[in-house]
Amino acid sequence: MSKKTIAINFDTGWDLNPAPESTSHIQLNEQYQLFIGGKWVKPESGKYFATINPATEEKIAMVAEANEKDVDKAVKAARKAYNDVWSKMPAAERGKYIYRIARLMQEKARELAVIETMDGGKPIRESRDIDIPLAAAHFFYYAGWADKLNYAFPNRHPQSLGVAGQITPWNFPLLMAAWKIAPALATGNTVVLKPAETTPLTALKLAEIIQESGLPDGVVNIVTGAGATGAAVVNHKDVDKIAFTGSTGVGKIIQNAVAGTNKKVTLELGGKAANIIFEDAALDQAVEGIINGIYFNQGHVCCAGSRLFVQESVYDTVLRKLKDRMESLVVGNPLDKNTDVGAINSKEQLATIHNYLKIGKQEGGEMYQSNCSTPKKGYWCKPTLFTNLSQSNRIVQEEIFGPVLAVQTFRTVSEVIEKANNTPFGLSAGVWTDKGSKLFNLTAQMRAGIIWGNTYNKFDPTSPFGGYKESGFGREGGLHGLKPYLKF
Amino acid sequence: MARAEILKTYKIYIGGKFPRTESGRYYTPKQDGKSLGNICLSSRKDFRNAVVAARNAFGSWSNATAFNRSQVLYRIAEMLEGRKAQFVEELMQQGSSKAKAEKEVFAAIDRIIYFAGWCDKYSQIFSAVNPVATSHFNFTAPEPTGVVSVVAPEDTSLIGLVSGIIPVIASGNTCVVLVSESKPLCAVTFAEVLNSSDVPGGAVNILTGHTKELLSHMASHMDVNAFLYARGDKKELLEIQKQAVENLKRVVHYDFSDVYAEKHQNPYYIEDFVEMKTTWHPIEKIGASGSGY
Amino acid sequence: MPIASPAVDQVGILDRVERITKRSIKNESKVQGLKMALNMIDLTTLEGADTEKKVIQLCNKAQHLHDAYPGLPTVAAVCVYPNFVSVAKTNLKGSNIKVAAVATAFPAGQSSREVKLLDTKMAVDAGADEIDMVISRGKFHSGEYAFVFDEIAAIKEACGNARLKVILETGELGTFDKVRKASDIAMAAGADFIKTSTGKISPAATLPVTLVMLEAIKDHYYNTGVQVGMKPAGGISNAKLALQYLLLVKETLGADWLNNNWFRFGASSLANDLLMQLVKQDTGLYQSKDYFSKD
Repeated sequence: MSKKTIAINFDTGWDLNPAPESTSHIQLNEQYQLFIGGKWVKPESGKYFATINPATEEKIAMVAEANEKDVDKAVKAARKAYNDVWSKMPAAERGKYIYRIARLMQEKARELAVIETMDGGKPIRESRDIDIPLAAAHFFYYAGWADKLNYAFPNRHPQSLGVAGQITPWNFPLLMAAWKIAPALATGNTVVLKPAETTPLTALKLAEIIQESGLPDGVVNIVTGAGATGAAVVNHKDVDKIAFTGSTGVGKIIQNAVAGTNKKVTLELGGKAANIIFEDAALDQAVEGIINGIYFNQGHVCCAGSRLFVQESVYDTVLRKLKDRMESLVVGNPLDKNTDVGAINSKEQLATIHNYLKIGKQEGGEMYQSNCSTPKKGYWCKPTLFTNLSQSNRIVQEEIFGPVLAVQTFRTVSEVIEKANNTPFGLSAGVWTDKGSKLFNLTAQMRAGIIWGNTYNKFDPTSPFGGYKESGFGREGGLHGLKPYLKF
Repeated sequence: MARAEILKTYKIYIGGKFPRTESGRYYTPKQDGKSLGNICLSSRKDFRNAVVAARNAFGSWSNATAFNRSQVLYRIAEMLEGRKAQFVEELMQQGSSKAKAEKEVFAAIDRIIYFAGWCDKYSQIFSAVNPVATSHFNFTAPEPTGVVSVVAPEDTSLIGLVSGIIPVIASGNTCVVLVSESKPLCAVTFAEVLNSSDVPGGAVNILTGHTKELLSHMASHMDVNAFLYARGDKKELLEIQKQAVENLKRVVHYDFSDVYAEKHQNPYYIEDFVEMKTTWHPIEKIGASGSGY
Repeated sequence: MPIASPAVDQVGILDRVERITKRSIKNESKVQGLKMALNMIDLTTLEGADTEKKVIQLCNKAQHLHDAYPGLPTVAAVCVYPNFVSVAKTNLKGSNIKVAAVATAFPAGQSSREVKLLDTKMAVDAGADEIDMVISRGKFHSGEYAFVFDEIAAIKEACGNARLKVILETGELGTFDKVRKASDIAMAAGADFIKTSTGKISPAATLPVTLVMLEAIKDHYYNTGVQVGMKPAGGISNAKLALQYLLLVKETLGADWLNNNWFRFGASSLANDLLMQLVKQDTGLYQSKDYFSKD
């Protein structure tokens, strides 16, 4: 045996065969209409757009594009359902319909997972184990609240608002639809939902489930389309409430648009979360948390731990462990059960990420990518990290929304608090330390809505989610997620 | 010739199994002079065995996630909905009109759904983060009390039973239930529903028999943590309260004479069988501008 | 002796293991994995009722796992009590199969240093290629880490050319932090392998505890350049689980550990399940235990 350098050799010669999830059991139409008033309705304009599988660049289905008139129809259907049925129904009965939706989603979970992965590019492991079960759990959780609102807000006589206009992003299509629809229905509102244009399919499958559940017509309406459709929802005079998840830029446009109206608004926007590793942390698990924080869902996560702060004394060790761990990430076909990192959601997003990689290098950052191969077709970005950065770098300041980690070091607690909070965003943060009192100090000092201690990217229907500062306002999930849909 | 029906043997429910009573005894409640069947006359040893089963189940049931308990309770309602005809029939056998029987079954199903919803919410209502004056993170949250003895109402067969059991187990308690002596049929069938609903064996144990014979054992057993008495007999209640002293059982009395009333659906029925736990944890004081030492 | 071991977070370990268990191993990669696992087995019999004839039968099985299937590897070693080492040696002559002996008052380890050294020496003198020792868990729990360290070092010296596997008996250690500490002590004291369990205590080997030890091995390797092997033992009786262990190795320590020089399974019934899965992959038919020899 020749003398070796000390390094782990991950080229084991034992490569896993492809293990693609079967697509034979899923049912998809070639063309989808708008879901208005409990029926499938052709768009006024007659226009349809294609939704693409980002892993193959192949068209999956054509989807109707809703214009102002279609949105108006949807809002009218929602208003009618609100006035005639939904606001009059006993709360416990309302809850039963929501339970039915939850159960149907559980029954069709695998089909939904496969479609979510095909439409958005996320690994089947994530859609199967996280997105879909969580989405169903959200319906299950909020179903139970329907007849218990007086206990959530004692002495305040909570009442529904009316029609909620909801706009969801492309990173967690069905899960975000569940985050929006479930609390709205539980609180007695009716809904017009506009899913993201690159990932509309699971919302449309949800419409089928809603039909199957027997939910009264018009209680949930789903209109597909791009920004103009969303604007029509936001600007419609008869909408009482806007709930938006997406970029901070669009969030500001919405806040501007509803100024002077009586519309209630919740905005769940961008982030640039600090993930802080102290020297006394369980480092191997912290590394797992870094991986999960930034490479989960290709980094298309508003709460992604995209700014890594490592205490200087363990910087070399953490970087070594991180790079080793990156080598075992499987990048490729999202439908493969072994895939850890799937496809970038769209061509446009890939261009955005590439632009940031360029900026990162231009500004003096040192780029490292894992040694994996990526498929020829489709949109891909290898797990990436940048070192040699400081607070002034653009890739440290701006949300990239991709698998790109910006690494910095720190020496003291006060230094890292200052740096972590030195951002216009405030959605989330991660803290890794074996010392409880330090952890709770950090959770107290972070100016962000969700703090993960010794874990990252955990979600639960009972746990409120939402940001400080330019990451938006209002909370979704938990008891607190009821309030934005109620008046008192 | 008409087909001979297969008649059901009514058993008790202990630790997820359906034994006859260890005593081998039975009694024969009657409705309008007609026998309802040979019902197990449970002994104190049956009760003892049931408490052992309930204690064994406490670990797994109380450690199940709130979401999981919620799903299991929902499943009970689903299974009950699927067998409502059988319950209606048994209620009619025990003297209900069809309309009354249906009302009772539907109310029972809806009540289970109601409490299923509370499993992952009651702690959000009853917990608190306490703003203590020192540098500590301090919070209070409920935990289930343990094993609960339940005496279900005498005058209803199903709705009273469900209203007693479900809030007790919603938080993770396990229980041993003595059911209506004169109307025991639905309780035994309800045990079959529980058994097919992912409720762990031993979480709910159901005994039929004479109240007089079992009451003092249920109240005095040292491994029972709380007692739910859901009947109106003041003398029995007093006996329970006295016997409970030995190990400081929490005794709760519900007046279920108007069991259908909405007031019997509330999270405080869950809170009656929890302990409040407060945790203190230090918070280091170092801010962005430096430390305080 | 290591001063302080790094912290281990239990929840994080379990999360990582869950991801491994979600991996899917199919077709050729499965066959490759199954054969690799077969080749890593320390075929074990450690019963009070063991006899020479039983050991001979085991040695026979070790060399003829399933002759109906051509081209199979053999197991790595046969693992017996010291008094059966010479029988095993004789009956494995001409094969590459090693003889491992448990020593040091296995399984409890409750005896004097003298007895443990003698026990080891007896096995080594009889020709054992490998010694599986147990650490003094009582001393470890009392905080007498130096004692544990010295004992391992002494046994290591007594081993001569035999490779030393150090059994931590993780089922008695209580936390992952303790497992990590015991691993670090054993490696610093000269262990060639660290091993989870005697198989006499439940729980024996688990995926999470193995991950903790693999990470300790990795840090030791980076810190010293010294490669240490890993042997989970006990409770690994089916092929699916064995493959998950191999995946843990693949993704934690990589190619250099994915062979029987540096990774072993301590098991008795695992071999037949691996064989059944191999024949299933070959024929497409689900197999019955009746067609595989039990020794």
